[in-house]
Amino acid sequence: MDCPVTVRVQAEDFDLAAEVAALTRGRTDVGAVVTFAGLCRGEAGTLAALELEHYPGMAEEEMGRVARQAAERWPLQGVTAIHRHGRIAPGENIVLVVTASAHRAAAFAAAEFLMDYLKTEAPFWKKEHRADGTSGGWVEAKEADDRAKERWT
Amino acid sequence: MKLVYFAWVRERVGKPEETVDVPAGVTTVAELAGWLATRGEEYAYAFENPDVVRAAIDKRHVRPDTPIAGAAEIAFFPPMTGG
Repeated sequence: MDCPVTVRVQAEDFDLAAEVAALTRGRTDVGAVVTFAGLCRGEAGTLAALELEHYPGMAEEEMGRVARQAAERWPLQGVTAIHRHGRIAPGENIVLVVTASAHRAAAFAAAEFLMDYLKTEAPFWKKEHRADGTSGGWVEAKEADDRAKERWT
Repeated sequence: MKLVYFAWVRERVGKPEETVDVPAGVTTVAELAGWLATRGEEYAYAFENPDVVRAAIDKRHVRPDTPIAGAAEIAFFPPMTGG
């Protein structure tokens, strides 16, 4: 099945509703759309911002590879993955995954698969800037994220 | 050979990228990391725990035992924390 795959790495914010509309516009075969948006937490006022560093070129390639894997594994009618880079303040969007399918099971599973792989395979790194002006250092990778990915293998 | 560094590997090495002449005998990603670690304090710090540092050859993830022959660009970086 032809499944449109859209991947973007960008500094600017994204519009969740617009991305959903782009996957469903003009179609009557989509029965389920799942969206996941990851936002920057304020950590109870202690975080001023996250700085998202990425590897240009590889970030897009890895996101595209994972999105195409999802499209091969589930009967999807569209996949969109957007990841922001640069300085992101608490409350702002960081990442978006949208999956469209005829039925919800595929859309839910593919969205989870995409996020589990993006977190561990896409070359992005978060650095914390604290509200008191100090650097909180680089966020450490979580073992739980590796385990979340392994359940798909 | 072009090397690029990201996140705390970049900060520790002190530069985002460089071009190096890799000595003959350095044939894998792990050997390259080991050789880099001998190039000075900043490199020793960046590669002090080689099991933690990840690598990519020409923008694809690779394992430590991957040969580096023919690579145009090799990247070293910490485990990823996006999403």
